[in-house]
Amino acid sequence: MEFLIALIIGVLTASGVYLVLRARTFPVVLGLTFLSYAVNLFLFAMGRLTLGQPPVIAPNASGYTDPVPQALVLTAIVIGFAMTAFALVLALKARAELGNDHVDGENAP
Amino acid sequence: MNPLVIAPALLPLLAAILLLLLRHPNLRLRRWVSLVAVLGQVGLALALMAAVSAGDILVYALGHWPAPFGIVLVADRLTAWMLVITSLLALFALLYAIRGDDATGRHFHILFQLQLFGLNGAFLTGDLFNLFVFFEILLLASYGLLLHGGGRERTRAGLHFVVINLLGSTLFLFAVGTLYGVLGALNMADLAVKVAATPAENVALVRAAGLLLFGVFALKAALLPFYLWLPAAYTHTSAAVAALFAIMTKVGAYSILRVYTLIFGANAGPAADLIEPWLLPLALATLIIGMLGAVASTGLRQQTAYLVVASVGSLLAAFGLTSSAGIAAGLYYLPHTTFAAAALFLLADVIARQRDSVGDRLALGPALADSRRLGGLFLITAVAVAGLPPLSGFLGKFLTLRAALAHPQWPWVMGAVLTAGLLSLIALARTGSLLFYRADPNLEVPGTPSNGIGELVPIIGLLLLGLGLTVGAGPLFDQARAIAEQMWQPQLYIQAVLNPGGSP
Repeated sequence: MEFLIALIIGVLTASGVYLVLRARTFPVVLGLTFLSYAVNLFLFAMGRLTLGQPPVIAPNASGYTDPVPQALVLTAIVIGFAMTAFALVLALKARAELGNDHVDGENAP
Repeated sequence: MNPLVIAPALLPLLAAILLLLLRHPNLRLRRWVSLVAVLGQVGLALALMAAVSAGDILVYALGHWPAPFGIVLVADRLTAWMLVITSLLALFALLYAIRGDDATGRHFHILFQLQLFGLNGAFLTGDLFNLFVFFEILLLASYGLLLHGGGRERTRAGLHFVVINLLGSTLFLFAVGTLYGVLGALNMADLAVKVAATPAENVALVRAAGLLLFGVFALKAALLPFYLWLPAAYTHTSAAVAALFAIMTKVGAYSILRVYTLIFGANAGPAADLIEPWLLPLALATLIIGMLGAVASTGLRQQTAYLVVASVGSLLAAFGLTSSAGIAAGLYYLPHTTFAAAALFLLADVIARQRDSVGDRLALGPALADSRRLGGLFLITAVAVAGLPPLSGFLGKFLTLRAALAHPQWPWVMGAVLTAGLLSLIALARTGSLLFYRADPNLEVPGTPSNGIGELVPIIGLLLLGLGLTVGAGPLFDQARAIAEQMWQPQLYIQAVLNPGGSP
């Protein structure tokens, strides 16, 4: 499972970096989204991967999973969601005001 | 627990909520609420400064959860110093904004207060993840402020600013996640203890995370490879916002100072003095590149933006000397450069509006209607920015150079700082002579006259603060030295947070 999670984070990050380097605003926003997915999974995995264990005190639990990364991920998801929405609106505004969707606002040949 | 510690963060948040609820169309009412809130922050910051002046480190545990389990806010001398600078800068930026900049959109004052909430919170927090959250708050507010009023150029510059900062936030989370995964801590004091005791097999990971974090802070501070977002963003936003943003790069510098003296400082064992080989060369290169940009600028606002880049360079060069005297010199230089850059941004706006279509471009334009008054102010501001005697910029540079003498690389520091001073002199002298001595003879009509002395009040106020820094240099530098000494003893901070009231 560790290998699978690491692979997913790596692929998401690589796709995100590639898309962020594109010249059009929509791929850039998609790239930012992929990067925030990757970082959310990464934060979650930093609490170590534990199966079927409660995060808070339970009387009959044999062990616990770390609750802190889950709280961190929750915060990061909310912030990332708000930021992506903002970037998307800004990209639309730039498309309307500059007349094209190039990140520099000029339609390069 | 002293409620004074949390008050500077709470007041702007509550003011923003109040402003959000005031859906009254009356702009004057919103201006008064905003102004009273900022005045309150000046008072709170000064009160906090008095409370920590004896060297106490005040800790406020949110919800009474003790560190390292809960989130703590920590106020020491450095925090109070930064809060005072921020609130004074905000006061004058707001005084300028209420003369018209805030009327171009509906949410200026809300965003302004939220920006202050983020800034004050970032200075107060004692938790690394919480620092990320406050960074996001101040950035989200800054996106709104930057784009406030709209326009093509502003949107284009805003897009770059937003995307690069979102990438920075992602890197911040990767770094924080790695530190938590290896050390199991987020509280800065707790991290400091755990970094020093890192087992050998994890040292590489901790060092990688620490350097990744440095990359993020360098992005916020606009250090050399990452400064490209700054000139366009600061050039195209409104003057009051650009003036307030003069403190934004200093948040990055503050974070570098805090994290790399406390967590990765001299006592950090295997990760000690992590960024020492990087900080000084990068800072000196930033200083020179920023000044070259200022010389090559085509507009006064662009020139000011490049001067902000250069000022970050000299500030971090002082911090990068890794000595108590260097940090003290940097801390004395910090308020000076913040106020001087803000004054120049505001002045550039006043001048641009009097030159009609030529604006702030460095080209021949109509003769200014009140060139004596503006020219006098420009001269004083330029002397302050370029660091000439007798104003505080000179003292800051002198103190930096004196601290540099003890550093093995002192010829490089001397050479870079003095070259940069010469370049800034050339750039500002050229700008001044072009703006005030030469006018286009084909333009018979003088430029639009100013709308009164009122719009000059915030500029004069900022310059008077600079004058205060010069006149009160003795006690203020003593204060800066006291801050540096406190930064140099991170065990005091660690003990105050992790073991409140206990014996060392």
